[in-house]
Amino acid sequence: MARDPVELAGARPGPPFEITFDGRAVAALPGQSVAAALWAAGILAWRTTRVGGRPRGAFCGIGQCYDCLATVNGTPNRRACLVPASPGDTITTQEGHGHAGLGV
Amino acid sequence: MRDAPDLIVVGAGVVGAACAYYAARAGLSVTVIDRGPVSAGATGAGEGNLLVSDKEPGPELKLALLSTGLWRELAELLPPAVEYEPKGGVVIASDEAGMASLRDFAARQSRAGVTAHELPAGRLHELEPHLAPDLAGGFHYPQDAQVMPALAAAHLLRAGGERVRLLLGEEVTGLITGANGEVRGVRTPSGPVRAPCVVNAAGPWGGRFARLAGVELPVLPRRGFVLVTEPLPRVVRHKVYAADYVTDVASGSAALQTSPVVEGTPAGPVLIGSSRERVGFDRSLSAEALRRLAAGATALFPVLAGVRALRAYAGFRPYLPDHLPAIGPDPRAPGLLHACGHEGAGIGLAPATGLIIARCVTGGEPPLDLRPFRPERFERPSSDPL
Amino acid sequence: MPASESDPHAPVDGLGPVRGDGPVDGLGPVRGDGPVDGLGPVCGDGPVDGHGPVYDLAVVGAGCAGLSGAVTAAELGLSVALLDASAQTGGQYYRHPAPALGAVRPEALHHDWSAFAELRRRQEASDITRLTGCHVWAVIREDGDLWAVHAVTGADGDGERPVRVRARALLLATGAYERQLPFPGWTLPGVVGAGGAQAMLKSGLVLPGRRIVVAGSGPLLLAVAASLAAAGARVPAVVEASGYLRYARHPRALAANPQKLAEAAVHGAELLRHGVRVRTRSAVTAVHGRDRVEAVTVSRLDREWRPAQGTGRHIECDALAVGFGLVPQIELAAGLGCAVRRTADGTSALVLDPLQETSVPGVWAAGETGGVGGAQLAREEGEMAGLAVAARLTGRSALVRSGRMRELRRRRARMRAFADVMAAAHAPGVGWTRWLADDTDVCRCEEVTAGRIREGVAGLGARDVRSVKLLTRAGMGWCQGRMCGAAVACLASGAEAPPPSAERRPLAVPVTLSALASLDEPRAGPEPRGR
Repeated sequence: MARDPVELAGARPGPPFEITFDGRAVAALPGQSVAAALWAAGILAWRTTRVGGRPRGAFCGIGQCYDCLATVNGTPNRRACLVPASPGDTITTQEGHGHAGLGV
Repeated sequence: MRDAPDLIVVGAGVVGAACAYYAARAGLSVTVIDRGPVSAGATGAGEGNLLVSDKEPGPELKLALLSTGLWRELAELLPPAVEYEPKGGVVIASDEAGMASLRDFAARQSRAGVTAHELPAGRLHELEPHLAPDLAGGFHYPQDAQVMPALAAAHLLRAGGERVRLLLGEEVTGLITGANGEVRGVRTPSGPVRAPCVVNAAGPWGGRFARLAGVELPVLPRRGFVLVTEPLPRVVRHKVYAADYVTDVASGSAALQTSPVVEGTPAGPVLIGSSRERVGFDRSLSAEALRRLAAGATALFPVLAGVRALRAYAGFRPYLPDHLPAIGPDPRAPGLLHACGHEGAGIGLAPATGLIIARCVTGGEPPLDLRPFRPERFERPSSDPL
Repeated sequence: MPASESDPHAPVDGLGPVRGDGPVDGLGPVRGDGPVDGLGPVCGDGPVDGHGPVYDLAVVGAGCAGLSGAVTAAELGLSVALLDASAQTGGQYYRHPAPALGAVRPEALHHDWSAFAELRRRQEASDITRLTGCHVWAVIREDGDLWAVHAVTGADGDGERPVRVRARALLLATGAYERQLPFPGWTLPGVVGAGGAQAMLKSGLVLPGRRIVVAGSGPLLLAVAASLAAAGARVPAVVEASGYLRYARHPRALAANPQKLAEAAVHGAELLRHGVRVRTRSAVTAVHGRDRVEAVTVSRLDREWRPAQGTGRHIECDALAVGFGLVPQIELAAGLGCAVRRTADGTSALVLDPLQETSVPGVWAAGETGGVGGAQLAREEGEMAGLAVAARLTGRSALVRSGRMRELRRRRARMRAFADVMAAAHAPGVGWTRWLADDTDVCRCEEVTAGRIREGVAGLGARDVRSVKLLTRAGMGWCQGRMCGAAVACLASGAEAPPPSAERRPLAVPVTLSALASLDEPRAGPEPRGR
């Protein structure tokens, strides 16, 4: 019986690299999505809702529900379950629509 | 079986809702019948414009000015959910020639009672900080406003109280007529509903309904697409549109016409119109219409370029050839009244229309001259005694 | 015929520069100087007009059905463009880790991996133009009976350049997404789709927690629980709202599909080995926790899925994987006016003729779009569609009268019969709405509660999904009602079954206004140039 998914799939990924989530360092494996890297670090929420300010993260896992929207490298509303993690990515908890700077 | 109502309104869009509301307020009992839910037709596809800015001096502008005041009253009465916003309109000219014709148009409107303030290029960004640079100028119309149309209709129906009864999911299949051809009610699959008066508030399907009564009313669907963006903070404060919108609205052409109309909503998304084409009730997406809407909106507001459209929808405006609605009793079919054919202005013109219909039914004095809106005005000249 | 691109499975599998600002991020085979429109083949020998190449067949979706249809058609000599949102083929069922993860045993996460490996081998050997990272937002009919497939590009559809692929025939193989039914607490972080948990495991080799309750209804639950357990998670319970006894009422459909029973037996054995307990006629009716899942309440259900008072059992866990079957993804077809039907479990699927053609001539569909039936059925329907398209375009009607086609049709009938049994067995009971509190969010995007939806129906005149949307905003957000649509349909229609309605989503995915603004001008005249 496998201890974890990486062992189950016999994965031999390249060396992990670092991304940050709200300033905290998170290790990601090459080929993982932003959401996968965050889950691997035990992080399940990276957005707060527009109305209730409630925490949200990945739900459908396949790009259909848009609950996993995150601000990636300053760009809001990116689906973390689809966007591949890249070395040095800066992920920040997205508040509401993520476009506060546009308000007039 | 219930007592017969005083009035049957066919159509649970905003015009039907306003007819029911004002009739109920005048003490009448009303049954509103729709084959679908509330606001399922043109009302649900509208942007909720309450505009005077786009109207030439004439009968439609008089109707719009009356409605503007009535909407202000209704906004006091209806819950905040209807999202009434007296935010004003801003009409933009991209060049000096456009500015000159806007100036002339606004001057004529002012004489008819419209408030319009010229905005030199330098002042545009005070009102709309995200507007593109290098625009020639524009006009500010403080009387323009907006509501959330589907909810406005639903809450108007509710505000009618116990005198208004809703029959949803019932299709009117025919009319009940008396010995002299006078209309006495409607037939539905679940039985007849009798009333001395029947109002045609069937919007784009108003022509079809008129035919059930044996009268001709040439209502045609004029298709429009709306793009809806992702939720945003307030990036557009007013209803902002390009000056050529006015020309497009007034055109009788069947071909695709587009002119950018951009506005924010309290819920967050920005709505982008407007396109017009006469293609029947065809909902299929037109890439060219969407391209022009997006290009027009991003030309006015470059900040929207990176914003995503989440949705698009088609709606059908009820178009009559002279761009005026049909409002009032139909002499060809006693007992039948029309309240349809408002094209893209139905949300704005609904309260005045409802008030007129209520006055007609109760025998009161109409609030304005109804002759331009006579439903029988499209009869062929051969049957016209001229 | 358009030339195929060089190795589409090049090292990083199409996903080159993946930073959000890359010019063609996620777009697989792109010639640097290719026209925006149509991308792929820009060599002169294909059928090309002023707006780039015209393919014989455009296939939307590179899962089992689409891949199978594409290779079948290509092997019969058709020029084929195969579009998919992902960088890899396989769709959701054969979703697998990106090459960079170096998984040497991807088959450990899949049933019947060899069938996919064979399809992939045939695709790699074919002339198919694969367009990866293409999120199709609409298909529009153009002059000259061509279909224009419009897509945005990039991992998240936010690439710079929109794509338009034109073809004489269209195969929609867009699969399905998971049906969700809301319950108190379902928006807490740690509650994930059952299919979602599996997808994240298959592609990213991650789990949402260490103790994961699996709940909902449908055959997918057992597979998900088995995968999660095999990958090292504790699964304290599988909670299935239906009973499995209903299968037994259809012994013929069961006996005719031994491979399905074998698959179920494999999952069952796996669960036994991990000591996972399956609770039937039960549902998670509440999730507990402040900012993430700490425990769930599991209640017994009656036959109509009404929770029985006082049966709530508290189960500690740090994640919940939940789903209630699959919903065919048909908005592209619906946008073209294709007829839909109501399936045995209350979803809408496309009406298809015996050769997989929709009610709109020239548009074929295969796999879950015609009713959820699984990977094997999807593969065989894809093949039938490929044969049928080739027969139509090349005039070789023998292709559809062949022994192979007869065999495929027999197998399809057998598998569809089994799928109907499963769908009926897991169709949601009307009593599920009793799980909802008035303050339970039903629409996750716009945070619309059950109470507001009930008010819209009872007090404002809403009667269906669309009018609930207009009057409450439920379904108006980013996902366009995919997550709440099934629930809203039930709430809007009360106890009655909702009528089948093709969900209208004229934009199947979000599109930036700049992408829309840069769509091509229409052709100046009806006559294409360069013919």
